[in-house]
Amino acid sequence: MIKRVLSTKKTDDLINELSKIHGLLVFHQSGGCCDGSSPMCFPRSEFRVGSRDIYLGNIGSQPFFMSEDQFEYWKHTQLIIDVVDGKGGMFSLEGPTGKRFLTRSRVYEENEINELLKNPPQIASNLSNIEGLKTTVN
Amino acid sequence: MDDVKPFIYPGDDGSKLKPGSRYENFIGGDWTKPKTGNYFENISPTSGKVICEIPRSNADDVNLALDAAHKAAPGWGKTGPAERSNILLKIADVIEQNAEKLSLAETLDNGKPIREPMAADIPLTVDHFRYFAGAIRAQEGTIGNIDGMQSGGGNSAQGMMAYHYPEPLGVVGQIIPWNFPILMAAWKLAPALAAGNAVVLKPAEQTPYSICVLMELIADLLPPGVVNVVQGYGVEAGKPLASSNRVKKIGFTGETTTGRLILQYASENLIPVTLELGGKSPNIFFKDIMNGGDEYLSRCVEGFLHAYFNQGEVCTCPSRAVVHEDIYEPFMEMVKKRVSVLNCGDPFDLNTQVGAQASSEQFDKIMSYLDVGKQEGASVIFGGEKRQMDGAYSNGYYVEPTAFKGDNSMRIFQEEIFGPVVSVTTFKDEAEAISIANDTLYGLGAGVWSKDANICYRMGRAIEAGRVWVNCYHSYPAHAAFGGYKNSGIGRETHKMMLNHYQQTKNVLVSYAEVPDGFF
Repeated sequence: MIKRVLSTKKTDDLINELSKIHGLLVFHQSGGCCDGSSPMCFPRSEFRVGSRDIYLGNIGSQPFFMSEDQFEYWKHTQLIIDVVDGKGGMFSLEGPTGKRFLTRSRVYEENEINELLKNPPQIASNLSNIEGLKTTVN
Repeated sequence: MDDVKPFIYPGDDGSKLKPGSRYENFIGGDWTKPKTGNYFENISPTSGKVICEIPRSNADDVNLALDAAHKAAPGWGKTGPAERSNILLKIADVIEQNAEKLSLAETLDNGKPIREPMAADIPLTVDHFRYFAGAIRAQEGTIGNIDGMQSGGGNSAQGMMAYHYPEPLGVVGQIIPWNFPILMAAWKLAPALAAGNAVVLKPAEQTPYSICVLMELIADLLPPGVVNVVQGYGVEAGKPLASSNRVKKIGFTGETTTGRLILQYASENLIPVTLELGGKSPNIFFKDIMNGGDEYLSRCVEGFLHAYFNQGEVCTCPSRAVVHEDIYEPFMEMVKKRVSVLNCGDPFDLNTQVGAQASSEQFDKIMSYLDVGKQEGASVIFGGEKRQMDGAYSNGYYVEPTAFKGDNSMRIFQEEIFGPVVSVTTFKDEAEAISIANDTLYGLGAGVWSKDANICYRMGRAIEAGRVWVNCYHSYPAHAAFGGYKNSGIGRETHKMMLNHYQQTKNVLVSYAEVPDGFF
């Protein structure tokens, strides 16, 4: 199965470091200005995922989401979550580490897109197997 | 202006601005150390060099600031509009008198070329304080006469008057972005203070320095505790402020996921929020611009180049250029020519037109988008690479002014790159122009270029954005409302209507009846 979101070794290491401090985590792809287009990392018990947010998969065993309307514009690309030096990131947990998560992307080949179409992603409210996920259940 | 020498880099021998080695939080009128004693280094994106140390505050410091604000709020809220207005006018005067110093601080902290804060950020900051000083003087409550003018007899509805008083909220929290550190603080501070609120303000950790220079200048003009500045990382200092049950409102400029989280916190405390979350603004060039005369056409070309203002780090950056297909070639030739003579030199030189990106991670993000655009099959019209500077600026974060040709379904047309990158596409007719303009999650700004008044009117009304510039772009005068449609946010800044976001209405309903109602 083709993954919609991947992580680099540096990302896995940073996720590991953060989960030792903060426990279960959740990622949410942001959009808009300033720190927009950055992946945000929060304690899973804190950030309420939108019930219609799209679940893209896990990185470092932590779930990764994006809003449904944003996904419509992003779905032809695979996300590769990397780590770079920097500070900021608003309330994202890695801010004080001097590292920032960064979304890199790869445009899918046509055959991959066909396969992905056969396996549409799930929305958050339909997920039952993610421990501690906060969302609205309809 | 060619003969003007660049300003000396702040802190170097002979420079007009000497940053301190360390700054503190500004709480209750005093410069206050963070309780943990921790600081972080603030880097200038122009050079990669350290400017100063900044407090790494946490919830304890935020609470200290909230204590100070709560102490100050009742007295400040009871001052008359004339008194508050006069203080705002004095703040404006001091900022105006220190425009050069504040501009140097802004360029050092943010990377923007010095002509921008000199010509835009600082004069607009002055304008905003003066505007809200005037707006609060002119604001009046209302009186409603419910039923009849006579008093004395009848039931309680007779002679009943509804008096409406605008009252301050109390203590408010504000979270400021890094693209216009002083101006964005002014957008939020001026209405909040005019309305009679006390403020706890958290600057962006990428640009924490210039606001310290500002506070040094205006500290004595305000009663202690009316404005408090708490520095630090978003997650450590911004989050305790945004989630506090001791603020009556949060004003935030930033991005969508954090916007959601702030609304989530606000739902716990049942407080209002204003959000400005960015955009992907279309800049639409109609066919008739080619017949508008040389000067007008030159203005339109300049309108395209507004995308490079502030290195593209503007929520309303005209980052999608939508050009009529019949004029695409000649118009883009003119754009290319103009871009080729852009001055991308020393940020401290008044001739420089494009400076440094605000931080290393922002630079990395822009580079990742240049990569996405190329992968998506967009063609590079010009730019598309890192810009390497020499000498003292060789470690700064610079990107070439860039334009891609592509179509609106590409991610480079849909995401705010927040860099000097324009994605260009063409349209056939007005309907297609509207369709492209509105095919976006956002709706903050838009530009329309045409001399046909009817086209301008129809486009102005059809574009789903809070601000449509017609035959101009990137003007931000106080007195014109600014804010987002769609995912771009909630609320309207830079206009007296922002006072409403910082006030609540007290209705005193008075009966002048002097006999029983007869209900009981």
